[in-house]
Amino acid sequence: MNIVPLAYPQKGSAKKTGYWRIFRPKINYEKCIKCMICWLYCPEGSISIINNKPVIDYDYCKGCGICANECPVKAIEMVKE
Amino acid sequence: MVWIKGDKMSNLVKLLGRDEYLLSGNPSCPGCGLALGLRYALKALGKNTIMIVPASCTSIVLGPVPTSSVKIPVLNIAFAAAAATASGMSEALDILGKKNINVLVWAGDGGTVDIGLQGLSGAAERNNNFIYICYDNEAYMNTGIQRSGSTPKGAWTTTTPRGKKRSKKNIPFIMIEHRIPYVATASIAFPQDFILKLKRAREVKGLRYIHLHTPCPPGWKYPSDKTIEVARLAVLTGAWVLFEMHRGIFKLTGPSIRLIEKKYRKNIEEYLKIQGRFKGISKKMIEDISKDIDENWRYLKEKFLDNNRK
Amino acid sequence: MILSGNYAAAYAAKLARVNVIAAYPITPQTQIIEKLAEFIENGELNARYIRVESEHSAMAACIGAAAVGARPFTATASQGLIYMSEMLWWAAGARLPIVMGVVTRALAPPWSIWSDHSDILSQRDTGWLIFFPESAQEVLDTIIQAYKISENEEVLLPIAVAWDAFYISHSYEVVDVPSQRNVDNFLPSRKKYKHTLDIDNPFSHGNLVFPEYYMEYRYYIDDASNSSKKIIREVDEEYYKIFGRTYGGLIEKYRCDNAEYLFISLGAFSGDIKEAVDRLRNRGYRVGFIRIRCIRPFPSNDIKEVMKDINGAIIIERDFSFGKGGILSTETKSALYSLNIPIISYIAGIGGRDVGYEDFIKIFQSSYKCFNLENIPEKPIWYGLRVIK
Repeated sequence: MNIVPLAYPQKGSAKKTGYWRIFRPKINYEKCIKCMICWLYCPEGSISIINNKPVIDYDYCKGCGICANECPVKAIEMVKE
Repeated sequence: MVWIKGDKMSNLVKLLGRDEYLLSGNPSCPGCGLALGLRYALKALGKNTIMIVPASCTSIVLGPVPTSSVKIPVLNIAFAAAAATASGMSEALDILGKKNINVLVWAGDGGTVDIGLQGLSGAAERNNNFIYICYDNEAYMNTGIQRSGSTPKGAWTTTTPRGKKRSKKNIPFIMIEHRIPYVATASIAFPQDFILKLKRAREVKGLRYIHLHTPCPPGWKYPSDKTIEVARLAVLTGAWVLFEMHRGIFKLTGPSIRLIEKKYRKNIEEYLKIQGRFKGISKKMIEDISKDIDENWRYLKEKFLDNNRK
Repeated sequence: MILSGNYAAAYAAKLARVNVIAAYPITPQTQIIEKLAEFIENGELNARYIRVESEHSAMAACIGAAAVGARPFTATASQGLIYMSEMLWWAAGARLPIVMGVVTRALAPPWSIWSDHSDILSQRDTGWLIFFPESAQEVLDTIIQAYKISENEEVLLPIAVAWDAFYISHSYEVVDVPSQRNVDNFLPSRKKYKHTLDIDNPFSHGNLVFPEYYMEYRYYIDDASNSSKKIIREVDEEYYKIFGRTYGGLIEKYRCDNAEYLFISLGAFSGDIKEAVDRLRNRGYRVGFIRIRCIRPFPSNDIKEVMKDINGAIIIERDFSFGKGGILSTETKSALYSLNIPIISYIAGIGGRDVGYEDFIKIFQSSYKCFNLENIPEKPIWYGLRVIK
């Protein structure tokens, strides 16, 4: 233990916040137009762009639903956990 | 409503960059406006940034010892002391020869317009060299939604259960009057506008002030998926004005440009009815709020826009 | 040079090569910050001067500067010190080396600009180390020593150097101002600590700590304060070797050998107490004086050591803790509890009322009677109080 209270950067400072979810966002890749608006507006940064596709990290996604609400083609559905 | 289309999006992705400085799994609420704002701000400023955080929701979002949720150095400080701490830090870095480090204050509305105002005003008068971003969730959220000087008229808070009677303190205008080199407002619904402003501000020397609108689901009482929608409506109804005052020139930015004409502003009720904190407000109060918005536009046109042309 | 206590402080800060000064004016500290502004403007001192808008901001600015590795200095008094109090706790809790001059002044209401120690002593719980020089020379020497002590890795606590308003701050005396070269040898430039903020090794400082861990951080502060005793003595000895002056470490013992009775006090009273001791000794009384140079950490063992064969002690202080008693006597009595020595507590000079060696001789003589009759007053005696009924 340091004599001074220091904290070092690490994912999951509130542990696996995926456990907070009541609804989980599901991306329908058929409808997805790869505009990346979901990645843009995710407050958690839990959507990554992998192979030009948005991919959700369910370990940390809190299920807020912003991505589903903002998706211009309604390709994201909030499904009950 | 989609504001960014097609290949403009890939430019936006490039503008923001893929590096995440705010790490997932932090203690922020689902749909938290300030978390998104911080994510944008750190992308714009990059790793050569030291952040000062006074008491606020962010103090908790940073994570408990020993894990931090941001990949830059942070100094937590007392509620009233952010601007003065940044003054000391920026002068110290300069005399120690550590140039090119952004000193960023990331403070809530409480720690800026109320208890932090003295320090901010002092730093502005001295024109100390740092960036001050006030993220405005319009109440003391961390302590449980009590009203602050930045709570808008008519809003419910725990200390104004029948709705706040007085208007919001207009801090951005107060900062313009301090004659600092850069003042801007921004909204998390318009990330390109915010990030470009921050990148411009980064190149300016002296005190740079940005007032960022960050809706709060539990505090404003709306479902967490509507955060961006709420922020967007604030701008489109003219309740939140996007502007930039740089090199003495005042200009409206983004969607706010054409909202100088009242006919283009959406009806304020669209913004109010989506939020539970305005539930049950009287017709009279809605009229007052609408009048205040009109008055604000008239004032900024007369005081700032028209003065540019002289 | 002929310097006042305040000017001596300014010279000390200059010699210590402070590089960030953040201060707000308050009587009777103004000469310090004015002199420092002069030094900076004419290029004698390479430092940034932040003309903050309040004392609370002054300490906040010092904290911001110290956190990234600068060597800050500030000074204040009375109302300013109390206004700054929230940040004093922060500076100590953040374990940042900072040195501050405090020109001790009475607290309002009613307004008073004259000397009183309640201001700095009310901050003794904060974790700051607190020194009480008795002369302008000692002000200069102590401030330079304070940087060395504060920046020591075993200490890492901020230090307040406190001296009486007007008696020490504004009185002129001959002060030997050491050469910059000697001070540079004694006090190297500040180094980087584990908690110095650095973009190449990012961490957050001062985040939330749950009850499971908070207690330990507070224990470490007390541990460091106690460890500093050894460092304070070492630094005093080293200073003596280079500059030829020593103040005895935590306490100064004046004619304590073969003493039967002792005065215990601090600050500006000391000069007159020493005069009183000399005169009393000439009259055959075996009396001595412990001058407390450092009140935090409290020098319990040092005082106990001297008090072993003492028949009575008189504590004279310029402060009070309402509803309890004099701060100095409360602390000293509790430290000496096991020794069971009769102690009489005198409160004198509150609000800057003049007290001289003749008063101390009178105080001794009435105390002497009490010691011999074994009739020790329980409550503190407010010397010269005009009782208003």
